[in-house]
Amino acid sequence: MNPTQIAEGKAVGQGVLRVDAEAKVAGQARYIDDLGFPGMVHAQVVRSDRPHARLRRLDLSPVLAHPKVVAVVTPRDIPGQNCVPIIYRDMPALAEDVVRYVGEPVALVAAETREAAREAALRARIDFEDLPAVFDPLEALNPGAPQAAVREAAEQGNVFNAMRIRKGNVEEGFAQADVIVEGEYRVGYQEHLYLEPQGVIAVPEEGGMTVYGSLQCPFYVQNAVATVLGLPFAKVRIVQTVTGGGFGGKEDVPSHLAAMAALLAWKSKRPVKLVYDRDEDIATTSKRHPGIIRYRTGAKRDGTLTAVEVEFFYNAGAYQTLSSAVLWRGLIHAAGPYRIPHVKVDGYSVATHTVPCGAFRGFGSPQVIFAHESQMDELAKALGMDPLALRAKNALRVGDRTATDQVLEESVGLWECIERVRALARWDELQREVEEFNRRERFRRRGLGVSTVMYGVGMGAKAPLLDKAGAYVKLEVDGSVTVAVGTTEMGQGAQTVLSQIAAEALGVPISSVQIAPVDTSRVPDSGPTVASRTTTVQGQAIVDAAAKLRQRIDQAVRLILECPQFTLEGQTFCASGAARRRATLADVARWMWAHNWDMGATGWVEAAPVDWDPQTGLGKAYFVYSYAAHLAEVEVDLLTGEVKVTRFWAVHDSGKIVNPDTARGQVLGGIAQGIGYALLEELVSQDGRILYPTLTAYHIPTSADVPEVAVEFGEAPYSAGPFGAKGLGEVPLMASHVAVANAISRAVGRRLRQYPALPQRVLELVEGGLG
Amino acid sequence: MTTITLRFKVNGRPVQLEVPPGRRLLDLLRQDLGLTGTKEGCGEGECGACTVLVDGKPRLACLTAAVQVEGKEVVTIEGLAREGKLHPVQEGFIQTAGVQCGFCTPGLVLAAYALLQENPQPTREEIRGYLAGNLCRCTGYEQVVEAVLWAAERLK
Ligand code: FES
Ligand code: FES
Repeated sequence: MNPTQIAEGKAVGQGVLRVDAEAKVAGQARYIDDLGFPGMVHAQVVRSDRPHARLRRLDLSPVLAHPKVVAVVTPRDIPGQNCVPIIYRDMPALAEDVVRYVGEPVALVAAETREAAREAALRARIDFEDLPAVFDPLEALNPGAPQAAVREAAEQGNVFNAMRIRKGNVEEGFAQADVIVEGEYRVGYQEHLYLEPQGVIAVPEEGGMTVYGSLQCPFYVQNAVATVLGLPFAKVRIVQTVTGGGFGGKEDVPSHLAAMAALLAWKSKRPVKLVYDRDEDIATTSKRHPGIIRYRTGAKRDGTLTAVEVEFFYNAGAYQTLSSAVLWRGLIHAAGPYRIPHVKVDGYSVATHTVPCGAFRGFGSPQVIFAHESQMDELAKALGMDPLALRAKNALRVGDRTATDQVLEESVGLWECIERVRALARWDELQREVEEFNRRERFRRRGLGVSTVMYGVGMGAKAPLLDKAGAYVKLEVDGSVTVAVGTTEMGQGAQTVLSQIAAEALGVPISSVQIAPVDTSRVPDSGPTVASRTTTVQGQAIVDAAAKLRQRIDQAVRLILECPQFTLEGQTFCASGAARRRATLADVARWMWAHNWDMGATGWVEAAPVDWDPQTGLGKAYFVYSYAAHLAEVEVDLLTGEVKVTRFWAVHDSGKIVNPDTARGQVLGGIAQGIGYALLEELVSQDGRILYPTLTAYHIPTSADVPEVAVEFGEAPYSAGPFGAKGLGEVPLMASHVAVANAISRAVGRRLRQYPALPQRVLELVEGGLG
Repeated sequence: MTTITLRFKVNGRPVQLEVPPGRRLLDLLRQDLGLTGTKEGCGEGECGACTVLVDGKPRLACLTAAVQVEGKEVVTIEGLAREGKLHPVQEGFIQTAGVQCGFCTPGLVLAAYALLQENPQPTREEIRGYLAGNLCRCTGYEQVVEAVLWAAERLK
């Protein structure tokens, strides 16, 4: 079986083999650290070891005295602005007078070898004057707390952003409730742990700068490099290299690396490689925001939800980076995928003297989902209801209003997901099996947990200007097809899925489609590769371009075949009727070329309009939503507190599934990350310092920690998505962790309110729960 | 700086190099021999991305001193294909979508190859146990397990 053997024009919906797999299994794919350039030198960042301090003196003369050092850079060497622009402009490329977190860059060193750069950087003498610091977001809100936020970037004090939703009247809603549950939930950092650490190479050329790198969002990086160098965008070229995982961690962080490498390259006039080692990556790059989340949920005796009230605080770290957008997604997703007439949500992102947090799969939603899905289980227990039935009863359907009062006009597959996961897992039988097991076993308990989620696809009303995409589709003279797009492959399978969409839209075999390398000088700006938007938004831009090209191809076919009607049989266009003339796509391409026809077409798409009122928090937040229902079985060892996820079932509605195999891979991988979030992943920090930033201390799931997972797709098509597709990438992580948490809570009879469920924490629950 | 003359075989080809005693096998492969298919995910023996075969056994190249392979036979991901044809283990990863970002893949493929040498018909549980030293952040491992089963079937 190989990719060419699929039926022509039937690329969408097939388990087409990944177009990038062969190079990767052969060890031929070139990641950033596999590349080199003549004369290349290596960079090391000199960092603050204080959480908050005035930089009194920076002495780099001992660094420069190192025989292998080629250049050093301090803020004085920055030709443009000392700023890494993300949503705000508060973060400097290099700290200037004040450092605001442990690990903040203060100077840069380039040397002939990586080892020399490291050695030399250690020689930097920095004279700090310590300033009072604050690390806990609730303490940072106290009057008189040390100021962590750059003033211009904060709404007030250390509040970077405060956002809210006011729908109906929660007092009234709670008055109607027969049962009210209430709880506070806490989560810590989650580290992306993409297996390839961050890295870039900056190459000065043609009066400008080219940066190669492991990254998700080349146009963000272009902005950052142009800003620090003071160059026009047209002189800055960003080329994405094969990227070893992103998960949001390579959304904004590469802008900082690229700015730093570019500054050294500018000064030294040599190519500069900056690749972090694992410890540096864990200690200094963005993570999932820690959060403190308070919920109150009310329901009538029959399970009908009446009100939810939420207050949540995210620890944003020292700079804004993406926190305002992360907070907004958390806010919009706070009430879950349910019909609730009265909703009140207040969310705050709070500055502290800690490493800036950022984007991570789910983008501010997993934290609140932990809380809302825990609340649903607490309600089910209080009402004596089946937790799946409670969710099904309140599940949003077409025509319903969301928490922001948005009417869902189409493509709401949630209820179907719930019913299918019930059938898939044989829910009733499964519950009996678990009860049976728990009766039999003395020191082990099993539990079942469910969760349901919704996911707003794309950037939403927080950043509608970014939700557009361009595509250029070109018929080559031999009949093959080149597709240029500005969204990136980071492992999720975008190249394969976008090739399928192009093949389907043009009616050509997928083997003749090639996605061009992402280079900002050659591909259209398609916005960032985030928010599970690539298939939906980028895909639709390809469909747009392909339709235009296809029209021209058809016109050429009619002229070549001298016949107004034709059919496509295999790879061959055949004239209808008596003429029986034939032409292959290669013939048509050659004919178009020989007749000086334009063989390329551009496509463009703006996502459907959204609009949201920050005063009330109401409006059309996203153009469409994806949904999922997950079900987990865990086994808890009552003596050790160890938890094992034993079985897992997942049903997703992401509209039409373009490639069932890569989609399944997204679901399986997201579930594993969610299991890690719930059970294993903890970064201990003290006074703003991450204590053990190593893979030895930070555990992600291994093959022995993840169960077999049954995955199904319910495909409620979205009319404006390519062939009906919606987003998928983030959803599996969002749903999975809390299914596990709910299963643990049920197994031990007490509510888990803090991640991760490490054995000690579980034992405490066991002692309190089983007595 | 003192160097040691090191002779060993890599992917069937004899090589001779002068190496400083502390040089990691990983750097020797990637930098001196240009075999960049072997990856560095952590440099501290935790991720398995640097897995290579030394005399047929999986070894972490980031924890192995180059001088330790004196006289031995090293196989890297570049050495698994035969006459331009991928090994069934590699083919398995393609067929089952066991590859996503691919950064863990060379190490996982070599570990899976070693597993099948030791145990040609492993169960799912045995596969999960054997590969537990090779981290993958993307796939959730299920399609990796399927890749190994696919290869085991093909190698019967
Ligand atoms: S690089 Fe060797 S184990 Fe991670
Ligand atoms: S495929 Fe990305 S780490 Fe395994």
